[in-house]
Amino acid sequence: MPLTTEQEHRNLVRRHRKARVFARFCAAVTWSGVLLLGVLLYQVSIDGFGWLDWQFLDSFPSRFPERAGIKSALVGTVWLIGLVAVISIPVGVSTALYLEEFAGKGRIAKVIEVNIANLAGVPSIVYGILGLAIFVRYLALERSLISGALTMSLLILPVIIIASREAIKTVPQGIRNAAYSLGATKWQTAWSHVLPASFPGIMTGVILALSRAIGETAPLIMIGALTFVAFLPEGPMDSFTALPIQIYNWVSRPQEEFHELAAAGIIILLAVLLIMNATAIYIRNKTERRLK
Amino acid sequence: MSESPEIAMAEEQALGMHRKSVLELRNVSIFYSEKKAVNDVSFNIRRNKITAIIGPSGCGKSTLLRCLNRMNDFVEGCRVDGELLFANENLYGKDVDPVEVRRRIGMVFQKPNPFPKSIYNNIAWGPLINGYKDSTDELVEKSLKQAALWEEVRDRLHDSALNLSGGQQQRLCIARALAMEPEVLLMDEPCSALDPISTARIEDLMFELKEKYTIVIVTHNMQQAARISDYTAFMEMGDLIEFNVTKRIFTRPAIKRTEEYVTGRFG
Repeated sequence: MPLTTEQEHRNLVRRHRKARVFARFCAAVTWSGVLLLGVLLYQVSIDGFGWLDWQFLDSFPSRFPERAGIKSALVGTVWLIGLVAVISIPVGVSTALYLEEFAGKGRIAKVIEVNIANLAGVPSIVYGILGLAIFVRYLALERSLISGALTMSLLILPVIIIASREAIKTVPQGIRNAAYSLGATKWQTAWSHVLPASFPGIMTGVILALSRAIGETAPLIMIGALTFVAFLPEGPMDSFTALPIQIYNWVSRPQEEFHELAAAGIIILLAVLLIMNATAIYIRNKTERRLK
Repeated sequence: MSESPEIAMAEEQALGMHRKSVLELRNVSIFYSEKKAVNDVSFNIRRNKITAIIGPSGCGKSTLLRCLNRMNDFVEGCRVDGELLFANENLYGKDVDPVEVRRRIGMVFQKPNPFPKSIYNNIAWGPLINGYKDSTDELVEKSLKQAALWEEVRDRLHDSALNLSGGQQQRLCIARALAMEPEVLLMDEPCSALDPISTARIEDLMFELKEKYTIVIVTHNMQQAARISDYTAFMEMGDLIEFNVTKRIFTRPAIKRTEEYVTGRFG
């Protein structure tokens, strides 16, 4: 070792060893998570794949497992997520834009910021109770899709707002300065430059939030989504069921066949989630490229 | 220091310059919350001339420049005292809309900041949001020509502006500002992020631009101020130490402190 003394060399070896140990620890933790997920998926597939066919997708629930299907739950979930997206994205993104670009940075803004962060941690059942009290009872929207969607929107709004604010914060100040110096108003600057530049980040937040909404069960049970629905919802005021509710219902039955149906339901839920996320990521990447 | 404007006038007459002012600063002081950043500054900015503001870091020169088109409005706690007359109207008057001020007084920033859009849209956006109705094609070409960028980008107007080099991006930002046909162009150390060749191009460009526009430039680089400007304001610690025609500032400054600075003895 001509470059280093004995002492320095030993020191260097120790530092490299430390780095290796840490890297291995991180890898082990990552892979144990992946492994666990793999086992879960494997288990679900073993149980559920046999039941997956067109009949399963195209049938209403039934007390005979071989005739039971997931049609009403699937359609209910698609309705629900569609409504949640339509409600929560505009409200969440507008709120984030207002807080970042228009509101002052004073005390009230701080209080709002802390409160939104706290709301993100409130248990979903609490939102369910709120939804029951306000939408179902007070506004008399009954146990409808719109009640469910409004409740679910409340639940995911904090996530959308926080993620959107972070995305808006990363837009370089230079872009805003450029727009203002051309005689743009705050609104023109926000709409034409800040929003497009932060769009990929906002999409990431929206994907996370909607993924949470699609799997939530507790608030839907609370506001009274039905568990046995033999018809399809035709509008936002109809009563409904959703995939997690249907799965929950099947799991809680004693017969083995229904447990396997639940597994098949989980596969469908995962598939819907995957399609939704893939679409969102595709849109995000497309706009990201356009911006570069 | 209060005598320097008169000296400037005498000097102008000797040099046969006309003195039509576009912007008149009268006892301008700028505060950040309680801290005074610019202290009681008065001088005039002449039409179709390049006025340079020089001084050591933190002397308030950028702050002063940014208040000329009310970009300081976005800084929390920033307050401006005194009068800034533009077309005989105080820029900080009650019924003056800062958006209108910025439309008429354009700005180029230290770091090139093109929009993450195409070259074409970078230039067309400003006029469009301000209600420009004609075809923007001609305007884009004209602006790019004025900024000496047209030959380099004419075949790729719809490529992203972010693919341009730093010097090209800065000229694009100049073209973007010119598309608004501003009366005054403010430049905040426009060459400090650029290499010497790009810097030379932008300096050449400024010479051409003063035929049509009035330019105010903040620069760290004294040689640059000496090369390109007609008037120079020297500031230190928020005070205007001396304002005069550039030739005079760099050869026979009236104030000792100015001489020490321009000869590189401090700063």
